[in-house]
Amino acid sequence: MLDHLAHLVNADAGLVRRGRFVDTTFLIAIDDADTLVRVQEGRIISVTPGPFITPDYSFALRASRSVWEKFWQAKPPLGFTDIFALVKQKLMRVEGNIHPFMSNLLYFKDVIAMPRGEAKR
Amino acid sequence: MSPCFEPITGRYLKCQLLGKPHRLYIEEAGSGIPLLCLHTAGSDGRQFRGLMNDERATKNFRIIAFDMPWHGKSSPPAGWQDDEYQLTSRNYVDLIVGVADALALDKPVAMGCSIGGRIVLHLAHEKPERFRALIGLETAAFTAPYYDLSWLNRPDVHGGMVSAGVVSGLIAPTAPSEARWETLWHYMQSGPGVFKGDLHFYMVDGDIRPKLGEIDIRRCPMFFLTGEYDYSCTAEGTLAVAEKLGAQATIMKDLGHFPMSEDSNKFVGYLLPVLEKIMAL
Repeated sequence: MLDHLAHLVNADAGLVRRGRFVDTTFLIAIDDADTLVRVQEGRIISVTPGPFITPDYSFALRASRSVWEKFWQAKPPLGFTDIFALVKQKLMRVEGNIHPFMSNLLYFKDVIAMPRGEAKR
Repeated sequence: MSPCFEPITGRYLKCQLLGKPHRLYIEEAGSGIPLLCLHTAGSDGRQFRGLMNDERATKNFRIIAFDMPWHGKSSPPAGWQDDEYQLTSRNYVDLIVGVADALALDKPVAMGCSIGGRIVLHLAHEKPERFRALIGLETAAFTAPYYDLSWLNRPDVHGGMVSAGVVSGLIAPTAPSEARWETLWHYMQSGPGVFKGDLHFYMVDGDIRPKLGEIDIRRCPMFFLTGEYDYSCTAEGTLAVAEKLGAQATIMKDLGHFPMSEDSNKFVGYLLPVLEKIMAL
């Protein structure tokens, strides 16, 4: 589901501009499968699937595969349209140093939702 | 060529609120039954501009939206720099009644969204005789915090951007892009700590669950409208309140937490039957 994340984000000039001050690595956990996403000046530099022995990242987004699959549908069901909707229902954990996440929330929300665009194709 | 003005007029009202002099910014349009509109936390009266431009609503209602003190073009009271803004149930009720008095409104209808959708329950509990009817948009009796509110006001995070980021997912994904970003722009323009201060009422002080049983809608009819995509004030939360009060509630398709600004045309379609019922009271 994250195979084309870098291409999708980097092709969106407006989104890259919105994230132009972002320089961090974050982790997406789908069940126990970890993926590290490296961001530099709003562009996704690398998407690296685990497993990792000592993963180095600022913040992590953790949810089950079934939750991510609903979240990434082209038209997600009610309650699965937004990260905070999942957090409120305790279906997702956002943890670690979340300063980069909160200070660039509009950027990260759209980055994380990018695979929806792929689902539409 | 004549200027292309909208039918909305904006003015400043000098009034005394919560024991202090204020200069409140107020917009209005239409004529008829006064309909006092209450904006969401951290935003301002611009949220109702679509409604005020809609002849279906303005032909029978005098629609009035004021920016609460600290919001929009209503500045904080003198001395604000030494205070932390924090909205309470007490102050919010007194503020709304104070504005209605300052405008000399005779039994207005009050319609509020989110924090406004909550405070209409407090108005129904404390001041039912002052209102012809109350309309709650995105009403829930209580919403517990689901993120750390301290992120909303600290010097190393842009307050406007994080506020917009927090609420962005509450807008229905079907909302027109222009309206979505206009709704977010209002949040981006909010003063430092104002959204957080409003949420003190929403997520801490304004819990009205223990008093719901004391509200009698025969003294002041209540109506509820909630967008299906709202995960903050949920459809379930609204329906529970309506059932407890014996009031009518409608869940609005393809709308979220900001129905009047995210898709005003669609929202007015849901509001009109309520306004017709109020006219028949």
